[in-house]
This record gives sequence, C-alpha cells and structure tokens, in this order.
Amino acid sequence: MTVTFKVNGKPATVDVADDTPLLWVLRDTLDLKGTKFGCGIGQCGACTVHVNGTPFRSCQRRITSVQGADVVTIEGLSTDGSHPLQRAWEEIDVPQCGYCQAGQLMSAAALLARTPNPTDTEIDSAMNGNICRCATYLRIRAAIHRAATMKAADTNGSGRRGSSGEPHSLFGEEP
Amino acid sequence: MTISARVDRRQFLRVSAIAGGGILFAAQLESLSAGTAWAAPLTDDFVPNAFIRIMPDGMVTIVAKNPEIGQGVKNMLPMLIADELDVDWQNVRIEQAPLDTTKFQGQVAGGSTATPTNWTPMRRVGAVARAMLMTAAAQTWSVPEMECETVHGVVTHRASGRKLKYGDLLGKAALVTPPDLNSVPLKDPKDYRVIGTPTRGVDVPSIVRGKPLYGIDVTVPGMLYATFVKCPVFGGKAVSANLDEIKTLPGVKHAFLVEGTTPVTFNGLVSGVAIVADSWWQAQSARKQLKVTWDEGATAAQSSTGFTAQAAELAKQPAQRSLRKDGAFDSALGSAAKTVEAMYYYPFISHSPLEPQNTTAHFKDGKLTIWSPSQTPANGRRIVATALGIPEADIAINLTRIGGGFGRRLTNDYMAEAAWIAKQIPEPVKLLWTRDDDIQHDFYRPAGWHYFKGGVDAAGKIVAWRDHFVSFGEGTNFASSAGIGPNEFPGRFIPNYALDTSVMPLGVPTGALRAPGSNGIAFAVQCFLDDLAHAAGKDPVQFRLDLLSNTPIVDPPPPAPPAGGGRGGGAPVVFDAARMRGVLQLVAEKAAWNRQSLPRGTGMGVAFHFSHLGYFAEVVQATVAKDGTLKVDKVWVAGDVGSQIINPLNAENNTQGAVLDGIAEALAQEITIEKGRTVQTNFNNFQLLRMKQACPVEVHFLKTANPPTGLGEPALPPAIPALCNAIFAATGKRVRALPISKTDLKWS
Repeated sequence: MTVTFKVNGKPATVDVADDTPLLWVLRDTLDLKGTKFGCGIGQCGACTVHVNGTPFRSCQRRITSVQGADVVTIEGLSTDGSHPLQRAWEEIDVPQCGYCQAGQLMSAAALLARTPNPTDTEIDSAMNGNICRCATYLRIRAAIHRAATMKAADTNGSGRRGSSGEPHSLFGEEP
Repeated sequence: MTISARVDRRQFLRVSAIAGGGILFAAQLESLSAGTAWAAPLTDDFVPNAFIRIMPDGMVTIVAKNPEIGQGVKNMLPMLIADELDVDWQNVRIEQAPLDTTKFQGQVAGGSTATPTNWTPMRRVGAVARAMLMTAAAQTWSVPEMECETVHGVVTHRASGRKLKYGDLLGKAALVTPPDLNSVPLKDPKDYRVIGTPTRGVDVPSIVRGKPLYGIDVTVPGMLYATFVKCPVFGGKAVSANLDEIKTLPGVKHAFLVEGTTPVTFNGLVSGVAIVADSWWQAQSARKQLKVTWDEGATAAQSSTGFTAQAAELAKQPAQRSLRKDGAFDSALGSAAKTVEAMYYYPFISHSPLEPQNTTAHFKDGKLTIWSPSQTPANGRRIVATALGIPEADIAINLTRIGGGFGRRLTNDYMAEAAWIAKQIPEPVKLLWTRDDDIQHDFYRPAGWHYFKGGVDAAGKIVAWRDHFVSFGEGTNFASSAGIGPNEFPGRFIPNYALDTSVMPLGVPTGALRAPGSNGIAFAVQCFLDDLAHAAGKDPVQFRLDLLSNTPIVDPPPPAPPAGGGRGGGAPVVFDAARMRGVLQLVAEKAAWNRQSLPRGTGMGVAFHFSHLGYFAEVVQATVAKDGTLKVDKVWVAGDVGSQIINPLNAENNTQGAVLDGIAEALAQEITIEKGRTVQTNFNNFQLLRMKQACPVEVHFLKTANPPTGLGEPALPPAIPALCNAIFAATGKRVRALPISKTDLKWS
C-alpha cells in the first residue's frame, strides 16, 4: 500500500507491502543507508530512528505505522554534522568499526533531548539497548557527557564549534 | 613520463607524472619479514606495496591497502608513510585500495599482523619519496643534499634559509633516481611527528553523518537482493525445494537450488537455496514460504552433550599425542608437597560482527565485480574462482569498510554465495544474511577441555604440570583454531612438564576468533596457575613472577612445525619472560595489587598471556553479591607491544575493546550444538556485552626496545582468567567452565 510520511523534514511516499519494516523502506526504498540492520528483532539498536521525536527500532516498525509521522534518521540528526553528539563523537574518536554508531547517536540524541545533563546511570539505562560489538561503550559514555557540555555551551552562546584541539582524556570526565 | 630505477630483482620504485600535474610513487618492496620470527603472511604475492600521490597544491593522497574492520589500520599504515614523508597529517587524504595483488602485498586483516609486517616497509615508502623530493630541491639550488632538511612538506636549505614546497618540486622529483629502498635513512624516533600522535579515525566524520561506507551500503544501479538458505545441519545438502511456488511470490525474480561444492567446503560454496527479489524484504518474505528437503548428512548425529561425554572418555584414556615432555611428570607429581587436579572447559562461541554477512556482485561480459566486507579478499577471489570455474583475472574485488571482523570474515563463504548467484543472472545482486543465518552458520571458536594435574613443592614452587588437552580434529590434525603449540606457556618454565592432546572428529565449522587458541587456552592455563598459587599459599602475582624467573629450558632446533591450529602456523616464537615480568609488575603497581583490603565479595584477580607477539598482564576487580550477582568493577591492563604506540588514540580504544570483548565472552557467551545444528539464533540468546556491563578499563603501555607489534588481539586473552581469578578471590568459588553464568556464585 501507499504510505506517506516525512523523513528528515521532507515528504516521502512509498508503495510497499504492508508488513515491510520501516528499516528496509529507509535503506532500500529511500536509499538512506545510515540506519543499519543488525539483528532484525529489536535487540541491538543499530536501526534506531526517531518517530515523532521518540526513539524506535525501525526493524520493528511496520511501514503502515508511520503513516503521517515525522521520521528522523542519522542523516537528519543535523544538516552539517554539527549536532553536539556528532561533534563529541568525532572529538573523542568513539568508533571502532563504526557500524552501530548511527543507532547509538540516535538513542543518545533522544536521551539528551529529555535529559540535558545525564548521569552515568541515566546514560547506561538509556543506551543499554544499543549493542556495540567492538565495545566502545567507555567512549560513548564520555562522548555523551561531552556533548551535554557542548550543548549547554551552545545554548549559552559560548560554545566552540567543530572538533579541533587534542583528544581529551576519557577518564575522570564528569557531566 | 615514467622513470624506472631497478635496484635489484626484488626492489623497484616507479615514479610517474600523473594527470593534474601530480606525481605518484609506487614502491615495490622486498618480501616482508619485519625482522622477527613470526607467521608468514596469508598471501605470498610479491608485488608493489604502497602509493603516495602528491599534488601541486601540496595535498598528499596515501592509499590504505588493508581491509578496515575497526582496528584502525586505515589510519595506521598511512601514518607510517606520512611521517617519513614528512608531511602534515591534515594535508593527507586517504584512499582505500581495492584488492590488487599486482600492487599490494598482504591485503589482510588478521593475526594482528599489520603492524609487524608493515612497520619498516611503509616507513621506507615514505622515506624514499622524501629523499627524492630533497634531491630535487638540492639540484634546484645546486647545493649538497646534506645541507637540506624537510618538515611540514617543505624542503629547507639550512644555510641560506631557502625553502621549496613539495608541490613545487614534482616535475624535478619525478626525474630523480630513487634511493635504495632497503638502505634509505629512516627517522630517529624522537623526530616522529605523526607516529605516536593521537590521530582520529579517518572515516569518523562519515560514520557520524550516516554516509554509506559498509558492504551492506553498496548500491549498484538495477541491483536485486538475495537471501541464501542453508541446511540447518552443517554439511547438509539441499535436495529439492518448492522453487516454482517461490518464483510466483511478490517481487521474486529468481530462485535456485545450489548444489554447493563436493566434498563440502565450508569456506567455499555451501549447498542451499537462493531467492532473488526486487527488495530484500520481499526475498525474506518469500523465504518464509520456502520448503526444502534436506539431506542432513552425518553431522546430524553430533551434539554438545555428546562432545562433552567423548571428552571425558578421551581424558580417561592415554593421550593420542604428546606435544611436549620435559623431565618426569609422574614421579615429580608423586613427590610433590601438594597436588591439584582440575578440568577447565570453554564452549563454542560465535563471532557475531554487527554487520551481517553480505556481498554485492555483478557478472557482466564474462567479468565479475565484487564489493565485499572481507578480511581476506585475495583468498576470497581464489574461492570464488574455484566455485564458479572462472579465472581469478576475471574477478575484481572492491574493499568496503567492514562492520566488525573478529575473524569471521577471514572466511569468504558469503562472497562465494553472492558470486554464484551473480553468475546465474544478468542483474547485479546484493546478498545479505539475516542475524540468524550469521549465528547459525559461523566458523565457531571451538570448545576445549583441559584436564590438568599439577604439583608444588614444600617451598611453593611448581614442580610438575600436565595438561591433557582434549580438542577437535582427526589424526594428527587439529580442527581450525582448535590446536595448541608445544611451546605454549608454561611449557619450558616447569621442569617436569607434559602437554598431551586427544581429538575427536567435528562436523561443525570452526575458525579463528579474535586471539584464536589464546582466548581459550589463557583461561585454562592462568586459572590453573591460580589453583596452584592457592595450593602453594602464595600471592598470585608473586607466584607468577617466580615462575617467569625460572631459567627456561632451551629446546633443540624444532622438528616439523605442528599441524594446523590457526595460531600462526606454529612458527617458533621465543617467549621473552623478562617482557612478561615487566607488564606483570606494571599492572600490579597500577592496580595497587595487595595494597588495599577489599571487603568480602570483592576480589582482584590477575592473569597474563603472550599472543600475536604482544605481552599483556591484566588485573580485574570484581564484586559478587551474596545472591551470586556478578559485577566487574574495573580492569587494569599493562601491555608491551614494543617501542612505539603508533596511534595512541586508537591503541587505547582497541585495547579497551579487546578487554571488554574478553569479559563478554566470559560472562555469558555459549553456542551449543544439537543434532548437528546451532541452537542459538540471535542476540536474545547469544549475549553480547551491553553498556551497563562495560566497566572502566585502564590501559598502560610499557615501551621496550623491541619492534612494534599488533594490538588487535593480544589484550583479550588475559581478561577472561583475570576475571575468573577475581571471582575466586572474592568468593572462594572457582569458575572451571565458561561462560561464568553457568556457575552458581552465591555465597554466605
């Protein structure tokens, strides 16, 4: 059937089988390859996107369930890579293989949207559904704290953009 | 314009002017040995090895030849070239090379080999180019070269202060006779500007923006999507299937019964059914309607419980082989003050890289083009050529970024499947496995059983050690990665020592999982050492230091290398006990070992292991609640991988990842076999580490005057026994079988 929704602010209309997961519409119909397939059963979080502002596993969302919805993928997290999380991920050099990181970033973005300055415990809870097979968790945690600081600085108008400067220590990082 | 200077039969450096006014250096290097005894590269092709392209604006493109699986090699190899070339890293652009055995050697991600094999050759590539640019500048100024120097991509004449940028020297440099690649001067390490500098991953900006990078992201215009269904029983064959019905389903374009190669070769084309559709979801939907008649074959009689029973039987009998025998074990054990007997077991586990297996392929006009996330593309090409019966010369392989390797993509079964399908159809095709396909059709880390007996004398010194290692294989051959070497520690360090092995046949594919062999052996050996330390009433660190201080037995020149094993082919590598003592002392100091009193239920454990030329000692602190709930509090790591950490930012990340990978394996990972098939299916029943389980990992590198070696693997093995030994320190409970989740840790 035909489903119309918004992806990263732009309208999209697709005609696929009703049971097609949003993940495969994004990847194969709309050619947005940033959202990744990891498990297909909502266990790994690699396919996390925002639907009306809430993080969902796109492998578990039938396309019919997003009729009229606003979907944001990693490609729409910012127009230019300037989201504080993207800057923090680069500064701290989070990825190893990098495959899970789009999903990590989308889960982290949803966390920061509702909890601007999360504790380690809040980070662990919010991020526990996102598997990183390379186990970059320590840097993910540090980068979320760093992004929270950047975001606060941006809001105060004193934020330094970009990710220049030496990579900083991963230990002793406090929110 | 091309200028060739043939230095000798094995060296060759070509400089070519290229479009846009740049020049290109293509260096053909001698066979790579890195000057140390270690396993031969997986490919023996001898060919040009690296490229540098310098443009008039001073921008430098460096080609990264090896597959990037997250180990950071796409930074590391170009960093070696850039430093000796003396250019600024920010002016370097990196290009991923395709498979090209005429230009590159060793395009492999495996065995932590990239550093030791490339450390000297890649620096030489950069140094030769730099020397030519310097010669060109000296000629321009009519001054002796020795009066010139380079930095930041600029040649300076010291006396006059005159400067020329590399970009201004290209025409002249192309005319310079290249210096001898083997004797070109290399930098004093104190002058490194790129090597040793924290350098961020070159693909990270693309990763955080969701740009297509991985095999699964490849798009070829007009391509179809495929799913490939294999027999649940390993080695089984597809006899028939309802293909006519499948072909009528929505979107399905083709469906095939695939006979597969005979005899069955897991790292090749396996029998099954391929469904090709307009979209992958349609192929998956059609798969749900698929009915296949399988010939399950002999492996259907195998199971994990059966293996365990066979291992117990084999352990009761005389060992099939003796791999090492020093002194007289039986009499030494008989006269020991205290003896310990224990069996340590580790299960099959899966690699489970997060990007499911995939390959895109297009067969057109007799030529096959492949895009694949492979750790061994050259082997993949051979396998595809065999499976399809076409010459290797007609197969081109593009390397994509790889969503995790861990050894799974050392085998190229998925590449063979995609290539076979592509050859049957006119359209390009992307094959993608499901997670279930991946977990159920892996090349598993083989299970292993170590039946130990050991004894200590009245002074607490180990006087006798025997390991009857029960594993998989046939005759004198171990199954892939199921072997052990005769020099495995503590061999040579105990006067009365026996390493015996027995094997049973296995129909389940096995293969190298990150730190193959070591990831199980270290658990068994380092935990049994802890058993003996406890029996001797000694501190576990001091007990190990004492053992490492024994004068090692010097072996006569080795006979034929042991068969198989997947642990570096059995090349005799000399274990340097002094280096291990160094990291053991360092980690004990950093962890404040024995300098604090921990509450009951909290304990520290220590372990060390030597693999892939790296020396690692680790301390784990763990807390076990009275109800048995385990929490890993922290890991301290000390590693010695030689004189230089090439990219400290990546080295820390990779080491932390390896340690946490080991913790993950120890905590909960197990693959079980029933009726010849894998029971586990996905991440709900094969548990990967999650954020809440990720404890701090503090990494220290001890730099020693040894050639730099690799970091992808050697930090993993000690984490597992260090954790188990910490549990013992915390609770008095000894974990003798992995995963730890199978042991009841309750205490009161």
